[in-house]
Amino acid sequence: MQEMSFSAEIESIPDVTAWIDEELEKLGCSMKAQMQIDLAIDEIFSNIARYAYPDKSGSVTIRYSFEAASRLFSVAFIDQGIPFDPLRHEDPDTSLDISEREVGGLGIFLVKKTMDEIGYHYRDGKNILCLKKTI
Amino acid sequence: MTIIRNQNGTNLEIALEGRLDTVTAPELEKELKDSLDDADSLTLDFGKLDYISSAGLRVLLRAHKAMVKKGGMKVLNVNEVINEIFDVTGFADILTIE
Repeated sequence: MQEMSFSAEIESIPDVTAWIDEELEKLGCSMKAQMQIDLAIDEIFSNIARYAYPDKSGSVTIRYSFEAASRLFSVAFIDQGIPFDPLRHEDPDTSLDISEREVGGLGIFLVKKTMDEIGYHYRDGKNILCLKKTI
Repeated sequence: MTIIRNQNGTNLEIALEGRLDTVTAPELEKELKDSLDDADSLTLDFGKLDYISSAGLRVLLRAHKAMVKKGGMKVLNVNEVINEIFDVTGFADILTIE
């Protein structure tokens, strides 16, 4: 397991993806799965950067691990901002013409569609969102 | 992300390289804001684009809405990851993808 903290700002996203990509490349992850994981990082981290710490700065701890036998890669996003469960939001109605609907909510929906598992819990004053993907 | 812009008559062609995400989507938005008024149609070449996040989808939706009143918008050379993103979000039904 590896862990690193980043400033909860949009500008940190390239650093987070570079750090995770380095590990995924070592593990021989397919390009497709790597792009999907990077996309998920973009969606989750940008949400935290925008909403977790209103009116103050904060940090996000990223923790990853890998189970060699199942080739399951896990990434957890841990912040101490306001409690927020992104999974409680309803999925957008993608059957509607996009000109009739808002694009809001699509980010977390994309993460649900491309990751194998996504879980959220709030414990000890921390939001913990965990993604799992077979690579 | 790199934006390569090529005006071909009244068609504006924009080729993107890299990632269209939260950090880079504002760059494309600015490019389109500066250039779309002079274009009748828009061609987006995604041949060297890795993926699009929801921030990028928002920019595409705005461009689509602006161009639908004119000569339309086409998206070319979409890879497998982006194709899936378009499929699950319903964008595949709306955009002209070639």
